Amino acid sequence: MAKGDLISGSIWDEYSNQVIRRMDDPTHQGEITEEMAARAGGKLIVADFGAESCGDAVRLYWVVDEKTDLILDSKFKSFGCGTAIASSDVMAELCIGKTVDEAVKITNIDVEHALRDHPDIPAVPPQKMHCSVMAYDVIKKAAAQYKGVDMESFETEKIVCECARVSLATIQEVIRLNDLKTVEQITDYTKAGAFCKSCIRPGGHEEKDIYLVDILADTRAQMEQERLKEAADASAEGRSSFDKMTIVQRIKALDEVLDTDIRPMLIMDGGNMEIIDIKENMPHYDVYIRYLGACSGCASGSTGTLYAMESILKQKVDENIRILPI
Amino acid sequence: MEVYLDNNATTMVDPKVFKAMEPFFCTLYGNPNSLHKFGAGTHPKMVEALNYLYEGINAADEDDIIITANATESNNTVLKGIWIDQILNGSKNHIITSEVEHPSITAVCKFLEAQGVSVTYLPVNEEGIIEAHTVRDFISDDTALVSIMWANNETGKIFPIKEIGAICKEKGVPFHTDATQAIGKIAVDVQACNVTYLSFSAHKFHGPKGVGGLYVKKGYELTPLLHGGEQMGGHRAGTVDVASMVGMGVAMKLAVEHLEFENTEVKRLRDKLEDAILELPETIVIGGKENRTPNTTLISIRGVEGESMLWDMNQKTIGASTGSACASEDLEANPVMNAFGSDSELAHTGVRFSLSRFNTEEQIDYAIEVIKNAVKRLRTISSSYAYTPKDHKSQL
Repeated sequence: MAKGDLISGSIWDEYSNQVIRRMDDPTHQGEITEEMAARAGGKLIVADFGAESCGDAVRLYWVVDEKTDLILDSKFKSFGCGTAIASSDVMAELCIGKTVDEAVKITNIDVEHALRDHPDIPAVPPQKMHCSVMAYDVIKKAAAQYKGVDMESFETEKIVCECARVSLATIQEVIRLNDLKTVEQITDYTKAGAFCKSCIRPGGHEEKDIYLVDILADTRAQMEQERLKEAADASAEGRSSFDKMTIVQRIKALDEVLDTDIRPMLIMDGGNMEIIDIKENMPHYDVYIRYLGACSGCASGSTGTLYAMESILKQKVDENIRILPI
Repeated sequence: MEVYLDNNATTMVDPKVFKAMEPFFCTLYGNPNSLHKFGAGTHPKMVEALNYLYEGINAADEDDIIITANATESNNTVLKGIWIDQILNGSKNHIITSEVEHPSITAVCKFLEAQGVSVTYLPVNEEGIIEAHTVRDFISDDTALVSIMWANNETGKIFPIKEIGAICKEKGVPFHTDATQAIGKIAVDVQACNVTYLSFSAHKFHGPKGVGGLYVKKGYELTPLLHGGEQMGGHRAGTVDVASMVGMGVAMKLAVEHLEFENTEVKRLRDKLEDAILELPETIVIGGKENRTPNTTLISIRGVEGESMLWDMNQKTIGASTGSACASEDLEANPVMNAFGSDSELAHTGVRFSLSRFNTEEQIDYAIEVIKNAVKRLRTISSSYAYTPKDHKSQL
């Protein structure tokens, strides 16, 4: 929340003139009959996407030249809001003169950009971005029908946020590279989830099969597992990697050195010591210890013994270790 | 011509109300709690406003009408007050409400559910009405409150408040009703209907925004939502917005005076508009025409998505509203339309027209013309009426 969120804006005020013009008078609205297609010398393709019960439905008509795969004409019918109608209009226009393979490459981002008055100013407000997605989906449906293949065969990557067309692979990569911890960070880095917000978590405008919250949790869990494995491998190989160790591994590493080099001497004098905690105080690791038995109260505990202990641990475990008796 | 047909969202302030409020900004601006003539000077009109409010809903002098900021605050005060006083102490743990309440009821109920309170959401029947017997079916010894709106904002449907009030009285359960959409449209009588708590909002009956009321029957006082000074007898702290309170009082007086007009002239114009739209094929009044507030109609126009209809009307300076999911900023589906079946095509084709005593015959004639043209245009574009080749299996 911030100043800009406090008064909900009038969404229509954020439409570009192109959106308004195409809503008020869509150029490519209409239908193509079999007779019209035959006269134009091509095959009629009719594709439906969405449903009126969902609030958005579009039917796309193409006349395709079967020799060249060229789309000779394209019209649409739409049940939807202004953005849906304007997006369908631009979509139909973009198809004309393209081959079917070229048309499949038209995305909802292309549709939205074509609706802009100015290259840097969005044509519609964020929550209306998803309305252009249907325009993109119906093209794939038409192409699949023409080619006699499955619509899914045109999807080369798994798209999580359809409004901004951000793939699963991209989201996973930015989480890893930038060590992202929140969904808001994912949105800042990729724009995924910035528009209709359906992909953030279940319960939004549209149901999805995968959500940002889950991707974040899964990727973080994977990263943590990998980190633990790396630390375990490193300690198994005896490499000095104190900074990568878990707290348990750190205590174990310190205890190993203490057990061989320090504790035998303390025990001979009727004492001992234990590790209470390890705190990161960058660049130092502050190891809090407590002297036991005869050692507690021994003057050497804060001088000679302490220095000896610290220097052995610095040498054998990590040079940034400091010992703090409590 | 500008035509405002969204009076269930908010209304124009009646110029008489505005005039009554004016002195309290720069002349009679004293704090009513102060011990000087500036403060005391506000009292006569505040008392008069209270009298209008008490008369408007037939409250007894021994009962309270607390001045709040809006019906949302009134609703929150009741639900959270019941929670604090009746549920947190372990004596009760159940609230009955409906599926079609305003968010200031349902969102509070969701919050209370998260705190462990059990909430029953009664459904509406195919006519959009809560049947009184369903309240009886769900009341138990554990029930702390029944909260059912007097009239629905989307359909205008009037719920059987008198019957529900009688059931609650018989069962000894407090009865709250959100009468926001009823005041000024139909007679509201808290005593005749055995109402314990009643919420209302001035801006729905030609009063100012930012002021509302909460009726509380004697003996059912609740822990306040706002703690602070001793205003409103300690039931609602905060310096009273004198101008708004006076405005609400006058608005209530005028609302009661215009009830007859509302149920004759406003209803006539509503029916004229409705009948004209129903002349178009494949149009229906959602929930049917019975038991409605006289100013409201919710009409489904097949093949025309609600927001696109609003767009076309707005281009011709007509303001209405929609039950469709797409039109609101938060993209959430409308609970009233969902109650009629969210999978239904109807869910996105509803347009609500709500009139007021300030609408004129000329405005309605103009609106009819614009609406007919818009439906014609949008149906031309609509996939619902698109050509389907004989070998194409429609998937719309």
